[in-house]
Amino acid sequence: MNTSTLPSRAVLVDMYRKATLIKQNDERFRSVIKSGKLAMVYYSPRGQEIIPSAMSVNLSNDDYIVTIYRGIHDMLAKGVPVKQLWAELGGRATGTCKGKGGAMHVTHPASGVMVTTGIVGASLPIANGLALAAQLRGEKRVAVAYFGDGASNIGAFHEALNMASVWKLPVVFVCQNNAYGEHTKLAYSTAVPNIAIRAVSYQMPGITVDGNDPLAMYQVAKEAVERARSGGGPTLIEAKTFRFFGHVLGDTDSYMDKGEKAAAMARDPVPLYRAWLISAGHATEQELAGIEAGFEQEIDEALAFTLASPFPDVAELRRDVFKQEIAA
Amino acid sequence: MSTVAAETQAAAPKVAKMNVVQAVNLALDDAMAADSTVIVFGEDVGDKEEGGVCGVTKGLSTKYGDARVRSTPISEQAIVGAAIGAAIAGMRPVAEIMLMNFTAVAMDMIANHAAKLRFMSGGQTQVPLVIRTMTGAGMGSGGQHSDYLEAWFAHVPGIKVVAPSNPADAYGLMLSCIEDDDPCLFIEHLVSYWAPGTPPTRGVRVPIGKANVVLAGSDVTLISYSGMMTPCAAVAAKLAAEGIKVELIDLRTISPWDTATVLASVAKTGRAVVVHEAVRNFGVGAEIAATLHERLFGTLKAPVQRIGSAYCAVPFSKPLETAFMPSQAQIEAAVRKTLG
Repeated sequence: MNTSTLPSRAVLVDMYRKATLIKQNDERFRSVIKSGKLAMVYYSPRGQEIIPSAMSVNLSNDDYIVTIYRGIHDMLAKGVPVKQLWAELGGRATGTCKGKGGAMHVTHPASGVMVTTGIVGASLPIANGLALAAQLRGEKRVAVAYFGDGASNIGAFHEALNMASVWKLPVVFVCQNNAYGEHTKLAYSTAVPNIAIRAVSYQMPGITVDGNDPLAMYQVAKEAVERARSGGGPTLIEAKTFRFFGHVLGDTDSYMDKGEKAAAMARDPVPLYRAWLISAGHATEQELAGIEAGFEQEIDEALAFTLASPFPDVAELRRDVFKQEIAA
Repeated sequence: MSTVAAETQAAAPKVAKMNVVQAVNLALDDAMAADSTVIVFGEDVGDKEEGGVCGVTKGLSTKYGDARVRSTPISEQAIVGAAIGAAIAGMRPVAEIMLMNFTAVAMDMIANHAAKLRFMSGGQTQVPLVIRTMTGAGMGSGGQHSDYLEAWFAHVPGIKVVAPSNPADAYGLMLSCIEDDDPCLFIEHLVSYWAPGTPPTRGVRVPIGKANVVLAGSDVTLISYSGMMTPCAAVAAKLAAEGIKVELIDLRTISPWDTATVLASVAKTGRAVVVHEAVRNFGVGAEIAATLHERLFGTLKAPVQRIGSAYCAVPFSKPLETAFMPSQAQIEAAVRKTLG
C-alpha cells in the first residue's frame, strides 16, 4: 500500500468500519436468502467493499450518490440505515421506500442516496443533473455516479461524460471495474483494457486505480471529490476490483475463470485491510473486533425488525404514482 | 409561413393575436421570472443558437443568463437525465427534446426513471420536470421527424401528457406543468406553431387533466386534441349548418384524461368519435373508446368511432402524406356513421 499520503487514524478506521459493515451485511443477506427467510433477486457486491468506503469518507450527507442494482455497498457506505435497508429488501412497509423499490431501487435522501437504478449506464446522466442543481445554486455539493465496467459501453456513459465536461459539473464518475459485464469478460466486450482511457475523449482526468487498495483508492477519491467541490469539474475513476459471487446470486459462475476467482478471493480486501491496520499500528484487534460485534448485533436487529414488520398495504398501488393519490 | 407575416402585420396592441410559439415563450418567461428554480435547456435553446430551431425560447437566455437557459449537446439521454437529477434536487427544469421522435433516444430516462422515481422511492423523491417536444405531419418531414407518439407515454404510469391545440391553452398548460410536482410531457403541434389565435390572459393556468368543451351540442360528441382540433372544428361547423349539433371536446390532457367530462358528454349525446393524428392502432382513441363502451354500453346509440393516421411510417411524398393523415372528410364520415 502507498503510505505517503496517509489519512488520519480516524479516517482509516472509518473506512474499515464501512467496509466491514458491507462485508458482514452481504454475508448475512446471502445466508438469509439461501435460508428462504427473505426472497429477492440479489446482486452481491462482495469483493468491492473498499471502493465506496474510500469514496464515502470523502463525502458528507449533503453530497449525492446515484448507484445501481449492484449497489448495496454504495448505500451502506453512504450511510443508509441498516434496519431500513433490510426492511426494504424484505419488501416491508418499514423499508426506506415502503417496500416499493426493493434492492435495485433504494432511495434514502437523508444520506444522499438519491437514485438507485436497475438500468446499466443510467446513473451517470442523472448524477449530472444533481450536480447541475448544486452548481446553479452555488452549493458545494458533489454528486457521485457509481456504475460498472459494462456501463462504459452504453451511450448514456458517453453522453454524460461529455456534458459533464462541457458544463464543468461537480460530479465524480466511479466505474467499479469488476472484470465482468453480467457474464461477459471485459476483454470480449470492451475495446480498451482500461476504461479510464475513455476520459481522454472528454477532456477530463481519468484515473485507473486498484479499487481494493484502501489507501490508493482513498487518495484518488479525495482528489476527485476536491476537484469537483472546488469547481474543477468531473473526474472518471476506474477502480479495479472483482466480484466474488457472480452476476446474480445463484448463477453458476461457469463463465468465470476459476483460478482467477480463487486468486481474487484469496486477496479478499477487507481482511487484508484489517490485518494491515493492526500490523501498522492504526487499530487494535480488540477495537476492530468490537466494531464487527457491533455490526453483527445491528444486523441481527435489522433482520428481526424486518421479519416483524408488516408488508405494505395494497392501497400503496395507488400512492406515489403521482403526487396526488389515484382514486380507488 | 404566411401566417407569420399575417401575425406581424396584425400585431396592433389592442387586438393582438398570439401564436403558440409566442405563447409558450411567454409562459416560460413568466415562470422564470416568478421562480428562480425554473431552468430551460435543450438543443439550440440559447440565443447564440437562435433561441431554438423555431424560436420558442428566443430571448430567454439573454434575459435570464446562460446558466439558467443553456444549449446542450445533441444528447437526449443526457438532457433528460440532467433534468431528472436537477428536478430531484429541487429545480424545475423545462427540457426540450426538439422533435417527438427524438424522445425515443431518451426513452429509458423518461419511462424508467422520470416516471417511476416517485413510486419506487416510496414518495421520498419527486421529479417535477417538463419535457417540451414538437411534432406533426404535413410539412414533408418524413418518417422520423413528425410522429405523434403520445400513446407511448400515456401507457407509462407516473408521467402526465398534455397536448394543447391553441395559444391560450399552450400558455396556461405550460404554467401548470412547470408548477406540477410530477413529470409532464408537453407536446407542441409544429404545423400550427405560427397560426394566430386568441392570446392568453397573463397568469391564468389551464388545469392538467381538464378537457375543454369547445362547442356544446346534443347529437354527437367529437373528441380530439392538438393539431386535429382544426379539422374537427371545421367538421362541427359544417354539420351545424345542416342542423347536426356536435359537441366538440378538446381533451388538452392525454394522461390523466378527463373521463368525467367525456363520459358526461357521451352520456348526453349517445354517440362519440375520437380523432387523433397518431396512428389508429393501439392509440389514445382505443383507450377512450374502450372506456366509453365499458361505462356507457347500454346508452350508446352507435359504436364509438376512431379516426387516426394510417398504419405506416409518416410518408414523405405529398399525396401519400396527405392520405396518411386523418382528413376532414374522414372525420365527417365517421360522425355521420354514428348518426346512422
